Amino acid sequence: MGAGHPHVLYRESGSPVHRLPPEVKIAAMVLFTVAVVATPREAYWAFGGYALLVAVVAALARVGPRWLLSRALIELPFVLFAFALPFLGAGERVEVAGLALSVDGLHGAFNILAKGTLGVLASLLLAATTTTRDLLLGLDRLRCPQILTQIATFMLRYLEVLVGEARRMRVARVSRGDDPRFLWQLRGFAAGVGALFLRAFERGERVYLAMLSRGYTGRMPTAWQGAGAATAGQWVAAATVPAIAATIAAVALVLQ
Amino acid sequence: MHISNGIINGPVAAIFAAFALAALAFCVRRGRADLDDRLAPMAGLVAAFIFAVQMLNFPIFTAGVSGHLLGGALAAMLVGPWVGALCVAVVLIVQALVFGDGGVAMLGLNITNMALLGTAAAYLLIALLLRVLPRSPSGLAVTAFVSALVSVVVAAQGFVLQYWLGGTTDLGGNLTGLAGTMAFAHLLIGVGEGLITATTVVTVAKVRPDLVYALRALKPATPAPAVPVAGGAR
Repeated sequence: MGAGHPHVLYRESGSPVHRLPPEVKIAAMVLFTVAVVATPREAYWAFGGYALLVAVVAALARVGPRWLLSRALIELPFVLFAFALPFLGAGERVEVAGLALSVDGLHGAFNILAKGTLGVLASLLLAATTTTRDLLLGLDRLRCPQILTQIATFMLRYLEVLVGEARRMRVARVSRGDDPRFLWQLRGFAAGVGALFLRAFERGERVYLAMLSRGYTGRMPTAWQGAGAATAGQWVAAATVPAIAATIAAVALVLQ
Repeated sequence: MHISNGIINGPVAAIFAAFALAALAFCVRRGRADLDDRLAPMAGLVAAFIFAVQMLNFPIFTAGVSGHLLGGALAAMLVGPWVGALCVAVVLIVQALVFGDGGVAMLGLNITNMALLGTAAAYLLIALLLRVLPRSPSGLAVTAFVSALVSVVVAAQGFVLQYWLGGTTDLGGNLTGLAGTMAFAHLLIGVGEGLITATTVVTVAKVRPDLVYALRALKPATPAPAVPVAGGAR
C-alpha cells in the first residue's frame, strides 16, 4: 500500500509532460483553468483555442482522446444542470424546434458545458501524467501548509487501507453465510461501517506509529531532500500553456 | 454539490476564494495545536472515509442538480472543527486537481460550502446538543444525526446564496425553486448522511471513546479508558 503506487487515473509513460516536475504542472493547470473561467462566454472562438491547447498537451503526454473523454463523464451531473438552464432561465425567449428557450439560459448552458469540460480535461491530464506521490510533493514545494499535505498523504494511503479492510470484512461476512442483497439487510451493512472505521483506524494507527519510529516528522523524505525540484527552464516550458491561454482570454476580453 | 467551472461568475468565485483561503489559514493555525499523535492518523482516515463516501453521487434528475454525502459532521465529531474543516478541504482539493470533480477555479466556493459552512454548522450543533442531551449512546446518536442533517442542508443553501450573488444565468423567479429543490434533495441526503454519521460515531465512541474529539473537548473531566480492542467491534 502507499508509497510509489500510482492511482487509477495515472498513465505510465515517459513523455515530456510526464517528466516535468509536479509543481510546474499543478501551477500551469490552475492558471489555465482560471484563464478559461475568466473568458467571456460569447467568445466562442476562444474556447476552440483552449480545446486545441488541451489537445496539443494530450498529444504530447501520449494520452488518447478516448481515454480522456470517457473519464470526463464525471461532470455529467452538471451537464444535466446545464441542460435545464434554457428552460429555467429568465428574460428573452427564442423559438428552437418548437420550444421557447431562454437566450440567457442557452448562453449559460454553453458557458457551463465549455468551461466545465475544459476544466475536467485539464485536471485529467494532470492526473494522467502525475503519480499521487508526485502530486503531494508538488503541493509541498508550492508551500502548501504542512498540515494539509500531511492529511492528504495519510488520506491517499488510508484509502488503500480502507478498501483492503472492507474487502476482508466482506469476505468474512459472505463466508459465514451472509448474503446482503436486499434493502432490509442493510442493518448488517450499517453495523459494518462503524466496525470498518475502527478496524481501519487501528491498522492505520499501526502504520503511523511504524512511520514515526522510522523517523517520520510530518514530511516525506523526498520533500525535504529537495532533489528534482523544477529548474527555471522547466518552469518556462510549462508556462507556455497558461501564457497562451491568458493571451486568448485577454484578447477575448478586449474584443468583447 | 461540487460546483464546476462556469456556474458562478469569476468575481464572486474570487471573493469566495479569498475568504476560503483566509478561513483555512486560521484553521491551519488552530489545527496545528490539535494535531497530536492520536489525531494525525485519525485525520487521515476521516479524510479517506469522506473521500470514499463522496464518490456515491445521487443525481436528482428533475432539476439537474446532484448531491452526495459530505462528511462535515463526521469530521467535526471525530477530529474537531479545525482539523475537520481541513480534512474536508483536502478532499475537495484532491478531487478538483486529480478527478476534475468541481472546478479548480471554483474551489473557493466549494470549500466555503462544504468544508467551512458544513463543518461549522455541524460543530456548533454538536457543542449545543451534547450539553443539552443526556450523556448516553442514544444522546450521542441523536447529536450526530441532527448535526449531519443540518450541516448538509446548510451547505446546500450556501450554493443557493452563491448562485444568487453570481450565477452566470439569471433564473429570475426560479431561484426560490432552486433553493427549494436543493433543500428538499439535501434533506433526503441529510437523512442518509445522519444515519451513517450516527452509526459510525456511536460505534467508535463505544469501543474507543478517546478517539471522539467532541467527547474529549466537551467533557474534559472524564478520563478516557484508552484500551485498544484488537479486531474492532465485531
